[in-house]
Amino acid sequence: METTRLQARIISNKRLTGNYWNLEFSSSQIARYARPGQFVNIRVNQGTDPLLRRPISIHAVKGSKIKLIYEVVGKGTLALSERKPQETLDLIGPLGKGFNYQLPVKPQPGQNIFIAGGMGVAPLVYLAEKLNKPLVLIGARTKKQILCADEFRSLGCTLQLATDDGSLGFTGKVTDLLENILTSTIDYRLSTIYACGPHPMLRAVSLIALKHNINAQVSLEGHMACGTGACLGCVVETISGYKRVCKDGPVFSSRELIW
Amino acid sequence: MVKKMKPDLSVRIGKLVFKNPVMVASGTFGYAEEFKDFIDLKKLGAIVTKTITLKPRPGNVPPRTCETPSGMLNSIGLENPGIDKFIKEKLLPLGKLHVPIIVSIAAEDSPQEFDILVTKLDKADAVYAIELNISCPNLLKDKLISQDAQDTFALVSRVRKLTQKCLITKLSPNVTSISDIALAAQNAGSDAVALINTLGGMCIDVNKRTPKLGPWAGGLSGPAIRPVAIKMVWETYRKIRIPIIGMGGIIDTESALEFFLAGSRLISVGTANFINPQASVEILAGLMQYMIDNKISSLSGITGRLKTCKD
Ligand SMILES: Cc1cc2nc3c(=O)[nH]c(=O)nc-3n(C[C@H](O)[C@H](O)[C@H](O)COP(=O)(O)OP(=O)(O)OC[C@H]3O[C@@H](n4cnc5c(N)ncnc54)[C@H](O)[C@@H]3O)c2cc1C
Ligand SMILES: Cc1cc2nc3c(=O)[nH]c(=O)nc-3n(C[C@H](O)[C@H](O)[C@H](O)COP(=O)(O)O)c2cc1C
Ligand code: FES
Repeated sequence: METTRLQARIISNKRLTGNYWNLEFSSSQIARYARPGQFVNIRVNQGTDPLLRRPISIHAVKGSKIKLIYEVVGKGTLALSERKPQETLDLIGPLGKGFNYQLPVKPQPGQNIFIAGGMGVAPLVYLAEKLNKPLVLIGARTKKQILCADEFRSLGCTLQLATDDGSLGFTGKVTDLLENILTSTIDYRLSTIYACGPHPMLRAVSLIALKHNINAQVSLEGHMACGTGACLGCVVETISGYKRVCKDGPVFSSRELIW
Repeated sequence: MVKKMKPDLSVRIGKLVFKNPVMVASGTFGYAEEFKDFIDLKKLGAIVTKTITLKPRPGNVPPRTCETPSGMLNSIGLENPGIDKFIKEKLLPLGKLHVPIIVSIAAEDSPQEFDILVTKLDKADAVYAIELNISCPNLLKDKLISQDAQDTFALVSRVRKLTQKCLITKLSPNVTSISDIALAAQNAGSDAVALINTLGGMCIDVNKRTPKLGPWAGGLSGPAIRPVAIKMVWETYRKIRIPIIGMGGIIDTESALEFFLAGSRLISVGTANFINPQASVEILAGLMQYMIDNKISSLSGITGRLKTCKD
């Protein structure tokens, strides 16, 4: 059985910076089956408020240790940040279809492009391990919200950063950075773009990819109730009708989606 | 030595016998395949499918769900493949699960669609019973059939003539007196009533000044609605003879027991399936334990066995 509900032991749960947190738990089951782009659905506490589980991407797998990073944005993630090491975490996973990274030939360093906005770095670090040193573009509002730069660097990736306020790297949107790169000299026709971040960013990435005729895989967020495909609550519009973000995604080919 | 008692959990609706009273509610269990990794489906008393309509329905515009205090709103809008594709593709695998399959159906435009749906399902062996969903708030209609006792009576008596199969009528809580509607369903020949469907509700994003659901409003479910559902079951139990399938916010054994004591003959687990996909079988085990602990040998020992405060 690949997907299970289990009680995993929390190894650590620490603040990274600002509202960003890093949680590690141990589960050999999830470690065995997880693939980049998949997520776990967490019951943050035992009460009925918040009632629903919260989906969080798998950020890294080391042995039987699973790492997540999350931003505290509301009561669910706040309750998660209050959980302590040694407690058990009720979770379901791994869930969803991850990124498609099984390429016919090993990619050249810098051949594939990752683009992340804010928290969107979370699943891409895990993917970077599989895709031989992609070019990584990260965008955020300000310097403090640029996450995981060192993790990408330690995997040998080339990084380009963008901030809205210019406090680090390019001043402006990370999608402008992408546009500049694709219109510059290097031939990116054989690349795939892997993207995760806020919806408007993913939309911009898709349009740019389409214009340059490059494939893009985007990881979406949907409002989830079940996370297992049962409620039909998290759908997104595609060229073949509504599809479930939790089960048919969260990763979709950008050509499939209607923006 | 005391002989170990094994309570009898079986229960009847009309001519049918269910091996236990724990079912899963329409729209919260997909077509069951989503749960096979989590539970032994064979343990369930019955599975109620997502509501099926005559024609395929794409469903409502997202966002379709939103969390509320101890509950959730949904406006899925009965996304389903339509009856023909359902029979061709979904019913066969469901039939192989060896669990009674109850097919939930609804009409989109005219109540006459129920006649065609019932006639088609009547021929399918894999269909154990039919649930008439005349209470879905997400078809964006002004009035539901189950909001009028005469309309309910007219519909149920018409489809009653079309099938020998067990008929369950699912009722809306958005009414003045749910027991009047239940009585109309009973008088028209319904074998059981299922209550409650979701309560109409709405949430607003104050920063965007937009409703939080794509289609503006939706249906409220989960523990938040439980006290409302319990009272409706209790009221209805005193007025009708046919079995009540109770639901609304059941998440554990204790909440399930409340429904039995209020008068439910069977119970249905809904929203809880999303939070704990094993909730239904855990409740079944808990119910068995409760009966053993209290030396209750059959479900008639708890159904409607509410004492007054003075007892
Ligand atoms: C597949 C998937 C993977 C995810 N991975 C991560 C991750 O690795 N790290 C991380 O920090 N977050 C991730 N998220 C988002 C995370 O699930 C939400 O931030 C979280 O559920 C918010 O819960 P809350 O109770 O704290 O906030 P709430 O009080 O529920 O909401 C606070 C605000 O966030 C918005 N919001 C809530 N849920 C979502 C959502 N699913 N999508 C968009 N907006 C939402 C609300 O509308 C509200 O404005 C992921 C979401 C999905 C669907
Ligand atoms: C996401 C969702 C979808 C639902 N879809 C249906 C449906 O298709 N047909 C139906 O009769 N009831 C539907 N319901 C209502 C449930 O079957 C049940 O009556 C209601 O949710 C109350 O029970 P609960 O609080 O245990 O969920 C749906 C409920 C939810 C939460
Ligand atoms: S969250 Fe229920 S189908 Fe995706």
